Amino acid sequence: MPPNTSEPLLELATCSISFGGLKAVDSFNLQLFPGELVGLIGPNGAGKTTVFNLITGVYKPSAGQIRFGGKLLNGKKPYQITACGLARTFQNIRLFGNLSVEENVKIACHLHYQTSLFGSVWKGKAYREEEARQHQKIESLLEVFGLKQLSREKAAGLPYGQQRRLEIARALATDPKLLLLDEPAAGANPQESRELMALIRWIKEKFKLTILLIEHDMQVVMGICERILVLDYGETIAHGKPEEIRKDPKVIEAYLGEEAV
Amino acid sequence: MQEFLQQLVNGVSWGSIYALIALGYTMVYGVLQLINFAHGDVFMLGAFFGFYFSRWTKIAQEPTLFGFFATLLFAMAACALVGVIIERAAYKPLRERPRLTALITAIGVSLLLENGGQLLFGVDPKFFPSLISETRLYESANLVISNLPVIILVVSLALMLLLRFIVMKTTIGKAMRATAFNREAAALMGINTNNVISFTFLLGSALAGAGGILVALTYPKIDPLMGLLPGLKAFVAAVLGGIGNIPGAVLGGMILGVSETMVAGYISSTLRDAIAFALLVVILLVKPTGLLGSRVGEKV
Amino acid sequence: MKRLAAFIGFFLLFLLANRFLPEIIDPYYLHLFTLSCINVILAVSLNLINGTTGQFSLGHAGFMAVGGYTSASLTFYLGPKIIATLDFLPAILAKNFVFLFALLGGGLSAAFLGLLVGIPSLRLRGDYLAIVTLGMGEIVRVLILNVEAIGGARGFSDIPAYTNLFWIISLTALTIAAVASLTASSHGRAFLSVREDEIAAEAMGVNTTYYKVIAFVIGAFFAGMAGCLFGHYLQLLHPNSFTFLKSFEIIIMIIVGGLGSIFGAVVAAVILTLLPEALRYLGPVKDWRMVIYSLALIILMITRPQGLFGNWTPDFRRWWPFRKPQPVA
Repeated sequence: MPPNTSEPLLELATCSISFGGLKAVDSFNLQLFPGELVGLIGPNGAGKTTVFNLITGVYKPSAGQIRFGGKLLNGKKPYQITACGLARTFQNIRLFGNLSVEENVKIACHLHYQTSLFGSVWKGKAYREEEARQHQKIESLLEVFGLKQLSREKAAGLPYGQQRRLEIARALATDPKLLLLDEPAAGANPQESRELMALIRWIKEKFKLTILLIEHDMQVVMGICERILVLDYGETIAHGKPEEIRKDPKVIEAYLGEEAV
Repeated sequence: MQEFLQQLVNGVSWGSIYALIALGYTMVYGVLQLINFAHGDVFMLGAFFGFYFSRWTKIAQEPTLFGFFATLLFAMAACALVGVIIERAAYKPLRERPRLTALITAIGVSLLLENGGQLLFGVDPKFFPSLISETRLYESANLVISNLPVIILVVSLALMLLLRFIVMKTTIGKAMRATAFNREAAALMGINTNNVISFTFLLGSALAGAGGILVALTYPKIDPLMGLLPGLKAFVAAVLGGIGNIPGAVLGGMILGVSETMVAGYISSTLRDAIAFALLVVILLVKPTGLLGSRVGEKV
Repeated sequence: MKRLAAFIGFFLLFLLANRFLPEIIDPYYLHLFTLSCINVILAVSLNLINGTTGQFSLGHAGFMAVGGYTSASLTFYLGPKIIATLDFLPAILAKNFVFLFALLGGGLSAAFLGLLVGIPSLRLRGDYLAIVTLGMGEIVRVLILNVEAIGGARGFSDIPAYTNLFWIISLTALTIAAVASLTASSHGRAFLSVREDEIAAEAMGVNTTYYKVIAFVIGAFFAGMAGCLFGHYLQLLHPNSFTFLKSFEIIIMIIVGGLGSIFGAVVAAVILTLLPEALRYLGPVKDWRMVIYSLALIILMITRPQGLFGNWTPDFRRWWPFRKPQPVA
C-alpha cells in the first residue's frame, strides 16, 4: 500500500452512475497517489471504461465526488478537466483520422497556446515563436514514440499499433499529471506488448506521470502495475498487489465462472 | 368557435397531405439516412401525371368518382416508377460514399426535375381539372364543410393505414424495418437490402404522387416549381415528428398543417411560411430528436 | 513591418485596378467578375463552417440577406446624414467611409445571427442542424418580406451604388487570406478537430462549444459583408434572392470544389458562377442550360464525390520567389 502521508492526486468517493436502471458503476472508490501506476481490470462490461468516462467528464456521476489534486471535478466539462492536467486514450481509437500525425499531436497542444483568434490570423512574432516552441516539443514527442518519420502521414492510414502509440503521444502533448490509458495493448502481439510495457514505464519516469490503466492483457497488467483494482458488475470486488489479485478467489470467479474455483 | 372549426377542418386536411409527403421523406431517411430533396419534386410530378392522364383519357371532361381514383392510381404508379428510377440511377452508385455526397446528388436531382419540368411542361401554371365537383356537406352561418377536405382526409388516411399494414404485417415491411435498424446486419441475415431500398422509394414516391393529386384538387394551379416549398415543409414535418419514425411523420404533418392554417387564419397569411420553421426550431431546441424520435448516445 | 508594406502595396494596387480596369475591360466581364467574387466570399466563408468545422449549415443565404439588408438600411437611411456631417472631407472619401461603416454593420449583424444560429449547433447534429439552419434562413426571409421599411415583398430599391472594384477585390482577398490563415493556425486545427471527432477533441482540451459557435460567427460575418457588396452593387435587394436555393448554390460550390479545400471553394465558386453564363452561348440548347447544370452536378457527384480538388491545396509559398530556403526533409 502506498504511504498514507501524501495527498492523493485523484480521488473518487462513492461514485455511481446508471444507464436506464442498470447500475454501470456502483459506489466506486479510488485513491491514486502521485507517481503510482495502477491497473483497473475486470471482465467485459464490468464498467471500467465508464469509470474513465466519469473521471474525464464524458459522463456525469449520479452520486459521489471526483477530486483531482484537491479540486472538485464534478460538473466540469471534459476540456476543462483536461486543462487541469488529466489526459486519456480511448478503447476504440479516436484519432483525428483525416489529419496528419503531427496535426493530431498539435491539437493536443492547443490548450497551451496564448494567442487569440486575431493573433493567429495575423501571425505576428509572438504567435510564430509559440508555434516554433510547440513544434519542437512535438518533434521530440514523436521521436520518443517512433513516429517522427510518419509525421506527415494521415493518422487513419497508420497501422493499428502505431495508432495506439499516437493516441498516447497525443494525450501526453496536453502535459498531463495523470494519464488514463484505456487498453493500450489491445490487439498487440506478445512482442509488441512487451515493448509497450517498457514504453509506458519509461514515459512514466520521463514525464513524471501517474498512470491509471485499463487492460485485458494480464501479462501487461501484472507486469507493470503496482496496484490493481478489479471491477465486476460496476462494483470493486478486489484490490491489492498483483500477486494478491492473482490468487484472489473472487477474481478468479469473476473471470472464469464459479466452477473454476 | 365555428370559425375555429372551419380552420381546423382545413388544417387537418392540409396536414394530411403534408403527412403523406413526410412519410416518403421519413421512410427513405430511415433506410438510407438520406434527405431526399427530390421528394418534393416527385410530388409535383404526381400532379402533372394526373393532369396529362385525365386529359388523355378524357376523364377531365366528365369527372366521375371512378375517374378520380383511376387518375390517383395512375399518378401513384407513375411516381413510384420515377422514384425507383431516381434511386437506381442517382443514389445507388453512392451507397457507400459519404452521406453528404448523396445529399448533394439529391439536390442535383431536385434541380433536374424542376428545370426539366419547366422545359417539358412549360413555365406557366396549368389548371388541373376539377375531378370532383365541389358540393357542400354541411353549411351554417360561419361553417362550410365541402366534400373536398373530407375526401382528401379519407383518401390520405386510407393510404396511411395501407402503408402501416405493409410496414408492420408483410415480409417486405419487416425487411424494411430491419434495414432501417441496421443495414449491414439486415444484409447479413439474407435480406436483399438493395431491393428493400428500392421498395422504400417506390412506396414513398407513390404516396407523394397521391399527395400531388390531392393538392391539385384544392389548389388547381400546378407548375413545375410547386413541389419546392411543400416538399421542404413536409420534410420539416418529418423532422418535427422525429425523422425515421413513421407515426412521427403523420403527427408532424398534422401539427404543421393545423398550425399553418391557424396562423394564416388568425394572424397573417404572409407569416404562414415562417411558422413551419419557427415550430421546428422551437421543438428541436427542446427535444433535439423530434417529438417521437429517439437517439442512442454515442458510445465512447 | 514587411506585412504592413505588403498591405499598403496591395491597397495601392487595388486602387489602381479600380481606376483603370473598367477602362480596358468589357463591362459584361466586369459584371461576371463581380458576381464571381461575391460567390467566392460566400463559398470560402461557408467552407469554414461546413468544410473545416464540419457543422452542416444550410442557411448561408440568410446570413447574406441579413448583412445585405442591414447595410443597405444603414447607407439608405443613415448614409446621407453621415455624409452631411463629414462635409469637410472630399465627397469620395466620405462616401467610402459610409460604405466601410455599412460593410462592418452588415458583417456584424450577420455575425450576431450566426451567434444565434450557432447555439442550436451545440445540441443538434448533422441533418437536424442542417434543417434548423435552413429553417432560420427561411424565417429571416419571411420576416424581411413583412417589413415595409426595407421594401417588403417589393424589394429594397434605390440602394446607393457604393460597391466598386476596389471593395470587391479587397474584400475577396481579405476573406481568402483571413480564412486561409485562420485554418492554418492553432485555432484552425481546433476547428478541424471538432469536425474529425468531437469527443476526442474535448478530451484533448479543445472547447468544442466555443469553436462551433465561433465558426458560425466568423462564417456569417463574411457572408454578411458579401450581402452588403451584393446589395450596393445591384442597388436592389429582393427577398427572393435569398431563398434556400441560394444556400444550396453555395453548398454546391464548396462540395464541387472539395469540402475543406479553400482553393477548391474559390475555383468552384468562379466556375459555377460562369458556367450558366457560358451555357447561354450554346445557341439552340440554351433552354437546356439549367438541366445541363443539374445533370453535370449529379454526374460529378457519382464520378468524383470528393469534389474537384478533394482537400488538396496548392502550396503557393513554394512558388514565391523570395522565400527563405527550407531544409529538405
